[in-house]
Amino acid sequence: MAPALPALSWTVSLNALCGGLFLLCAFGMVAARQVRGCLEFFIAQSVFLAASAFLLGLQPFLWHLFVVGVLTVFTKTLVIPWLLGRMLHEELHTRREIDQQINIPTSLLIGLALVVLAYVLTAPLLPVGAGEAARTNLPIGLASVLLGAYTLAIRREAMPSLFGLLGMESGALFAGIAIAPDMPLIAELVGAFDVLVLAFIVGVFTRAIHRHIGSTDVGRLASLKEEPGP
Amino acid sequence: MSPNWILIVPAVAALLCALPLRAPAGAVITLASSGAVLALTISVAAQVQAGHTVVGLPGWIEADGLSALMLLLTATVGTLAALFSWGYLAHTPARPWAVRGYYGNYNLFLLSMLAVPLIVEPNVVWTAVELTTLLSVMLVAFDNTREALEAAWKYVVLTIMGAAIALLGILVLYWAMQQAGGTQFTWDGLRAAAPRMAPGRAELAFLLILVGFGAKAGLVPLHTWLPDAHSQAPSPVCALLSGVETSSVLYVILRLLPILHAVPGQRLEAWTLAVGLISMGVAVLLLFRVRDYKRLFAISTVEHMGLMLAAAGLGTSAAHFGLVWQIMSHALAKSFCFYAAGIALLATGTRDISAVRGLIRTSAPAGSALLLGGLAIAGAPPFAVFLSEFAIFRAGLTEGHYLATSLLIALVALAFFAIMAPINRMVFGTPNGVAQPGPGLPRTCLAAVGLAAVLVVLLGVYVPAPLHTLLRMAAAVLAA
Repeated sequence: MAPALPALSWTVSLNALCGGLFLLCAFGMVAARQVRGCLEFFIAQSVFLAASAFLLGLQPFLWHLFVVGVLTVFTKTLVIPWLLGRMLHEELHTRREIDQQINIPTSLLIGLALVVLAYVLTAPLLPVGAGEAARTNLPIGLASVLLGAYTLAIRREAMPSLFGLLGMESGALFAGIAIAPDMPLIAELVGAFDVLVLAFIVGVFTRAIHRHIGSTDVGRLASLKEEPGP
Repeated sequence: MSPNWILIVPAVAALLCALPLRAPAGAVITLASSGAVLALTISVAAQVQAGHTVVGLPGWIEADGLSALMLLLTATVGTLAALFSWGYLAHTPARPWAVRGYYGNYNLFLLSMLAVPLIVEPNVVWTAVELTTLLSVMLVAFDNTREALEAAWKYVVLTIMGAAIALLGILVLYWAMQQAGGTQFTWDGLRAAAPRMAPGRAELAFLLILVGFGAKAGLVPLHTWLPDAHSQAPSPVCALLSGVETSSVLYVILRLLPILHAVPGQRLEAWTLAVGLISMGVAVLLLFRVRDYKRLFAISTVEHMGLMLAAAGLGTSAAHFGLVWQIMSHALAKSFCFYAAGIALLATGTRDISAVRGLIRTSAPAGSALLLGGLAIAGAPPFAVFLSEFAIFRAGLTEGHYLATSLLIALVALAFFAIMAPINRMVFGTPNGVAQPGPGLPRTCLAAVGLAAVLVVLLGVYVPAPLHTLLRMAAAVLAA
């Protein structure tokens, strides 16, 4: 006899909605044609990450998750866009298309396959009683990590690469708020600091690369490799 | 003395380096601070090997045998590389503010590397590992050429990507621990909870961390950045990157082995052995195609990391002893190789293997250092790498891993020829006049090379008893 499914509380349902939109934003970063679009999808994704943290922190009340939500909003939707806007105004607002190795429709299909893979990999770890939050957040978090890695592989430009990296970190955090909600707070604080340092350093590099090769198409930096000897 | 000072001293030194002082100030401050850190790590190692527990902040900063060994190696290489930097930077056309930035960054990088073994909370360890990338990337790009930027860019993107994967792994590990009723998220707490962990979760966590931190430790398939970054950086930075940074990331993976070993029904020995052997195989293929002598030593690091991981996969206490010995001999020999490559670069002005011939005649110190370094790292007797590799092979054969051990022996032998053939041509070939003889070599560089050579030669023939005890204790940490 199958046990009756428990009624889902409204926080769980809303969290599932946030999860869906979070994943959609990860796809958006794969598909956006311009750097500006990538940034906007990244900001939206961070908002859904924060929303999920707030929702999961309501019942039962976990103040840790509120701190995660506030830190996410502060660093990823305010400081990083401001910092990049200050350092790389022209890069962000350029109107040309991002150069990529695989065209966008194919990319989206590959992305879909990665999401299926994420669900297949995590399914055995999530028995029916495992907690609704983990069932939503773990596969979506892993899927975002894989999508970020895929973006890094096909988009050989500085800014989309940065958003790929930040998207991967967000994906790991999205899974983390469900499976490890009571992590020590220091871990979250240093993690947020870390993301800021990352954005700053990539910004500095993007400027330096722009000075050297006149664009930020880092795929053109390909002089270092082994070649057959004479 | 509290081990916390190991973290405080480089932080203070980094601040001092930021002050606008006259030229050798940065070098002097850095040398003094890394020397002080070396003294502190020796005192920590002495306490650990005498059987005392070393605790700076319970549950956060603690040191056991393996941590003490890593601290000791990081501080040793850090001190010699600081000495080498002094003369090396004086010979480069860098501006004063760039040199100040270099020394400030150097201290911070050293701080992040010392934090990895000293901290016991995996999430903060993850942050320290990520900071080792973020704080060393400016050092990799120090030459500010197109190639250096390319190397630094690949370094950031691939290792931070790996770190994000590892972060997910660490969160899954926390989840597994909590499900198993564990409360303290430290290496010891994980170990206590391990027998009750769900095997699937533990294995997923391990694989994510192996792939993620494997990128940073230079394991195949995410090793492609390593020869670039480890060859383009200034030589003293290469010594730190190749000698101790890769090992300190591998240390995090090694820390998981005894934990995961206690989880019922896992197959991690097979995973580590396979990844280790594949890394070695790919590295040996690359070694035969290399044209740049700094890349030669960098790729040899990929080979050594593969060997260490494979040794961990053999999984016996004898193999663990060989493994920690290998970590030590690799750190000293590889950093020596990069000092040798650094003075060879100063003496010839080129990194191209085919442009350098008969170095022993044009620059005797650079030629003999390169020869000694090549022999030491390729594993010729009586150097320490030979002894530690031999210990690993013997452990593999006694345990009946005949196939894996013969593959290891074959790959190490091939790597020996791949390393020694170009070194032999560079040192003894007929001079072809392509390389321009540079100015005289800086005294501090020669002093660093000399001190490192003493360590490399001495540890091949004699391991002092306290150090031997420390190695035994480090190996015991890895035992299940």
